[in-house]
Amino acid sequence: MKNSLPADPFVQAKMSLRQRISIGLKQYGEVFPYLIFGLVGFLTFSVYPIVKGIYMSFFNYNIINPALSHFIGFANYIKVFQDPNVLISLRNTLLYSLVTVPGQWILGLLLAILINAKVTKFKVTFRMIYYIPVITSWIVISYLFKYLFASGPDGFINYLFYSQLHLLPSPINWLENPWTAMTVIWVLGIWKGLGWVMIIYLAALQSISNDYYEAAMIDGAGDKAILRKITLPLLKPTTVFVLINLIMGSFNVFIQVYTITNGGPLGQTEVLLSYMYKQAFQFMDFGYSSALSVLMGIAVFILTYSQQKKIGQSNI
Amino acid sequence: MNKTKGTIINLILALGILVVVFPFIYMILTALQKNSYVLPHPQDLFDDLIHFKFYLGNFAKAWTEGNFQRYFMNSLVVASFATVVGVFISALTAYAFARFQFPFKEPLFKIFLISMMIPGLFNIIPIYTVVHSLGLVDTYSGLLLVYVCTGIAGNTFFLRGFFEQVPREMEESVVVDGGGRWTIFRHIYLPMSKPAIATQAIFAFMGSWDEFFVALTLIKTESKRTLPIALQMFQGVHGTEWGLFFSASLIALIPSIIIFIIFQKYFVQSGQNEGAVKG
Repeated sequence: MKNSLPADPFVQAKMSLRQRISIGLKQYGEVFPYLIFGLVGFLTFSVYPIVKGIYMSFFNYNIINPALSHFIGFANYIKVFQDPNVLISLRNTLLYSLVTVPGQWILGLLLAILINAKVTKFKVTFRMIYYIPVITSWIVISYLFKYLFASGPDGFINYLFYSQLHLLPSPINWLENPWTAMTVIWVLGIWKGLGWVMIIYLAALQSISNDYYEAAMIDGAGDKAILRKITLPLLKPTTVFVLINLIMGSFNVFIQVYTITNGGPLGQTEVLLSYMYKQAFQFMDFGYSSALSVLMGIAVFILTYSQQKKIGQSNI
Repeated sequence: MNKTKGTIINLILALGILVVVFPFIYMILTALQKNSYVLPHPQDLFDDLIHFKFYLGNFAKAWTEGNFQRYFMNSLVVASFATVVGVFISALTAYAFARFQFPFKEPLFKIFLISMMIPGLFNIIPIYTVVHSLGLVDTYSGLLLVYVCTGIAGNTFFLRGFFEQVPREMEESVVVDGGGRWTIFRHIYLPMSKPAIATQAIFAFMGSWDEFFVALTLIKTESKRTLPIALQMFQGVHGTEWGLFFSASLIALIPSIIIFIIFQKYFVQSGQNEGAVKG
């Protein structure tokens, strides 16, 4: 980012506005062929949709014929705060964050530390296998979990915990009950994401210089002390990065809900995105749906932006 | 002491592997079972495994029946195009930010970064209206535009860092030969950043191969569907024919698995990038 600073601030200050505009235009002329495609694409599909979304949220938006939309002020927003289903979706989304973010984080970190330990054999194999769920398709995994958690004694999870291990008093109808259905969604989220956390931490662990460990060993520090006093503090920037990504990812929870429960039973497992999507593409209420997504966007943005500020710009 | 600790650690990791791998094994066993119109009994599946009784008919049926091959090709074409076009445009843009001076460069870049803090799917409704007003609903052009353009910010951010690490002295040889910016870009920056570009390409490909909601929203005609949509529809129609469904799923997973095995080292180096591509 150093290159972006003016080469010599004094020279810049001395130039007249006119000269600066003409230099600026010349610079744009040079960069134009490189910048234009990316810039137009970005503005059209990243910036404009945000603006458009905000605009739509104030309308009773008609998708077939936008000219027929009419302005209704904050009515969509007021509806958001009065809609009991929004509360359920919000609760479920937050619960998903509260369960899967720590779940993926702790397990992923633990895995990375264990795999990185000197005594561990087959490091590369472990790393590779634990990463497989990350690269496999969400759709396939979602249906796979739906299948594993099928009702009755022939669903594999019931078979294992009821028929074989006798840990359950009776087979559970996992997907017919809101809380067990959400458990399935959480387990899937953790199972699929922890490999990503592991990979990031492994890279960070491998970049810690051995000198620290040697110095600590000379001072007679034990394994636990080394972990607490050296490894974990040095991993802090990585931890912030991982947590921001996990939190953002957790607000994206959608596909597994859409495929496994589709919000059911009775909308009890709906999350914000699935509810928003339904409002738009099932009930054709694009304005209301936009109001929902604007509010969600603002919330996530504040959350990530404030975290970002804490670690500074370098580590985004 | 150290030996027991080593054994315990290796044991924990091996047990963890079981949890990670078992669902896949169970999926494969189901795919290899002959009569699976209903939920198969787990014991039968394990018995088949013990007796090596495997049935490949599901795979043949999944591959030949319906439009599966067509969906597979659709996904392949869409993902390949999205990857090539997306990486090329992002590389151009990243080069512009890395090696050009122009007014408002950093503020503009800041907007790129800020846009990355909003999860991509939040925008799906206005994006749909944009595609709609361009008249590109139910076309691959529309789908590709969305795939390519929503990835620009993250990819540009990622590649800019790599381009800035290329030593400027390297440009001199090209300049001496009378080459311009384009030659510098093609003969210095692209080759020097090969690992980063490869990483980008891998994630772009796998991301579009697997993408679900944009394709679900934009593509209406049945024959234009991509694999994830086809799998979802297939599940809706064939319900409990799990053997057939998982055969189709396993075929759909093959490209990702092959790419992962071949390019393993890029995944490991570049985990940091996932977050940017995810959205």
